[in-house]
Amino acid sequence: MTKIKGAEAFVEALRREGVRHIFGYPGGAVLDIFDVIMDVKDIGFILSRHEQGAVHAADGYARSSGKVGVCLVTSGPGATNTVTGIATANMDSIPIVVFTGQVPTHLIGNDAFQEADVVGITRPCTKHNYLVKDVADLPRIIKEAFYIAKTGRPGPVLVDLPKDVMNATVKFQYPESISLQGYKPVYKGHTGQIKKLVDLVLRSKQPVIYAGGGVIHSDASDELRRFAHLTRIPVTTTLMGLGAFPSDDPLSLGMLGMHGTYRANMAVTYTDCLIAIGARFDDRVTGKIDEFAPKAKIVHVDIDPTSISKNVKVDIPVVGDCKLVLKDIIKAFEKRQDEIKILTKRLDVWHERIEEWENKYPLRYNKGDKIKPEYVVEMIDKLTPEDTIVSTEVGQNQMWAAQFYKFRMPRLFLTSGGLGTMGYGFPAAIGAQVAFPRRTVVDIAGDGSIQMNIQELATAVQYGLPVKVMILNNGYLGMVRQWQGLFYKKRYAHTSLAVSPDFVKLADAYGANGILVENPADVEDAIKEALKIKGPVLVDFHVEPEEDVYPMVPAGAPVSKMLLV
Amino acid sequence: MRHVISILVDNEAGVLSRVAGLFSGRGFNIESLSVAPTLNPEKSKMVITTTGNNEVIEQIIKQLNKLINVIKVVDYKGKEFVEREMILVKVSAKEGSRAEILRIVDIFRAKVVDVSPKSYTLELTGDRDKLEGFIDLLTPMGIVDFVRTGAVVIEREQKKRRRL
Repeated sequence: MTKIKGAEAFVEALRREGVRHIFGYPGGAVLDIFDVIMDVKDIGFILSRHEQGAVHAADGYARSSGKVGVCLVTSGPGATNTVTGIATANMDSIPIVVFTGQVPTHLIGNDAFQEADVVGITRPCTKHNYLVKDVADLPRIIKEAFYIAKTGRPGPVLVDLPKDVMNATVKFQYPESISLQGYKPVYKGHTGQIKKLVDLVLRSKQPVIYAGGGVIHSDASDELRRFAHLTRIPVTTTLMGLGAFPSDDPLSLGMLGMHGTYRANMAVTYTDCLIAIGARFDDRVTGKIDEFAPKAKIVHVDIDPTSISKNVKVDIPVVGDCKLVLKDIIKAFEKRQDEIKILTKRLDVWHERIEEWENKYPLRYNKGDKIKPEYVVEMIDKLTPEDTIVSTEVGQNQMWAAQFYKFRMPRLFLTSGGLGTMGYGFPAAIGAQVAFPRRTVVDIAGDGSIQMNIQELATAVQYGLPVKVMILNNGYLGMVRQWQGLFYKKRYAHTSLAVSPDFVKLADAYGANGILVENPADVEDAIKEALKIKGPVLVDFHVEPEEDVYPMVPAGAPVSKMLLV
Repeated sequence: MRHVISILVDNEAGVLSRVAGLFSGRGFNIESLSVAPTLNPEKSKMVITTTGNNEVIEQIIKQLNKLINVIKVVDYKGKEFVEREMILVKVSAKEGSRAEILRIVDIFRAKVVDVSPKSYTLELTGDRDKLEGFIDLLTPMGIVDFVRTGAVVIEREQKKRRRL
């Protein structure tokens, strides 16, 4: 066998993993890899304009396609610039592999130029990370990195590549199997626990399914729908779970939590049997934890044992993959048709109660003279095709998108749920557009968030990625302003974005298209026009400046105590 | 509640930092820590003593198990086990106290490992209570320097109980 350079082995390993796209940014420590990549035809390279953009793009690629996203950057500042993106992927369990350059091994620890202890820095925000010290370990480490990223509870893995290791030669042999003694995710749920779960559900009077991102990660939406329809149990989803269950399904309660629907939050407050599937009882979901589902027996299906009984005490834990466990649950239920009939009949009363809640306080907003951001989102929903991928930034834009866009299928909604990273949406949309060049991809943005990674407009233009950015421009960091309004006596400390660029001119400067919309009557036409344009578009909607997101559960309050419009 | 936890890990650079970082990052407490390679040089065993209620300990064990380099975690609570740690203590030994110190050494079955005109250096192995008792008795003599390992533990073999 002939020997090849580490940099060539790196590319060959990516090929074996089926990698089609790399998002990244070159630099001194990774020159050898880029020199090889230049001639590679079967793996596309997308040059971002900031490493944070590259890692979010890899994340958006992964969320939309279900494949592992790949990012390649240089050492030191290149690597530290990926940290926010890695932490974002870590909180939301997104499979990405980030390759960072490193100074040559003999310089590590010497405070060399562009040196940073990246393995040390990213240890708490990756699922796992590696420093490759010997080129002979490179194939095994890359194999393990991809395996760890996509199996179990998915997550980001970082591999640090010293320059001399990329120059050293190796007899390339890609390992066929993996042996990680300390990593053996459990996929199949415990049969006894599943039986207990079924027994409990069949006895319940007011059950609710609370589904999270785990359902999407394990591609379990079909099973979730079958389970819900079989038992007639209503389903609420978390922000991360939007799309896991069709929002237009009669059993859908919409999103729960801080900005969830009235009926979803009331349902989880009064339920006697809460079935959590691939969700982790985040504080934005539970509100005051002691008053969350206070009357309920709690069932929790999750692949990550640490999620179970972390925030709330669980009565029936089931460790396993959502899809496999749901299949087993359905099988167990199907054997008990008579009891299911009694249950579905009994649930009439529960459904009536939920309908009363819905009729009392549906999701709504007041019309006005200015453009209402909720209306913009409704129009985007109305005018875009069914398979449109929607990303969001973080803050009010994110919550309005979650509330007023109807997510009907999984993997169409890309949002930074756990970390809440402003600047996530636009590069994530770019990543999704790379994965699905023919689909419509929309970033619902705010005027604050979009400026955190606006430089990626150049990336979108360079690669002909026709992402549509819909800026709900209210001149504020709206969500923070909303909190200041409600809880800090309207003292708007540094939340006014008094100076912002002219987004139309800015788009023009980058070679993209810009559209300004100031009138409610023009909203529909502007969206239509943006969708018609072949290239990337920024649409600048000047919306009602002090519009708030409702319903809202104040931080620390129980979810039943909502502020309503 | 005090728990003694042993953790079998890959003997690799950075593993100690992963475990220690997990404790600090999640606000868990480490009272003592000892770590050394096992008979298989590719693995190390850590013994951590920590405190926390049942929920905290459950999270600690689950979080440790989640680390890729952690192979096995054992909580010794409720198990029969032998626990030992060692101290080295340099105690000031003046004319009037030298004999008394040696008497204490004798009672505790400690060892004198270094002698000088001004001090004795003593070594003692035992469980926590024994070490604490020893230290209490030596403190009035004047402890000049003191170092203590973390606890190490091993499970006791199950004994057959004979019926009387």
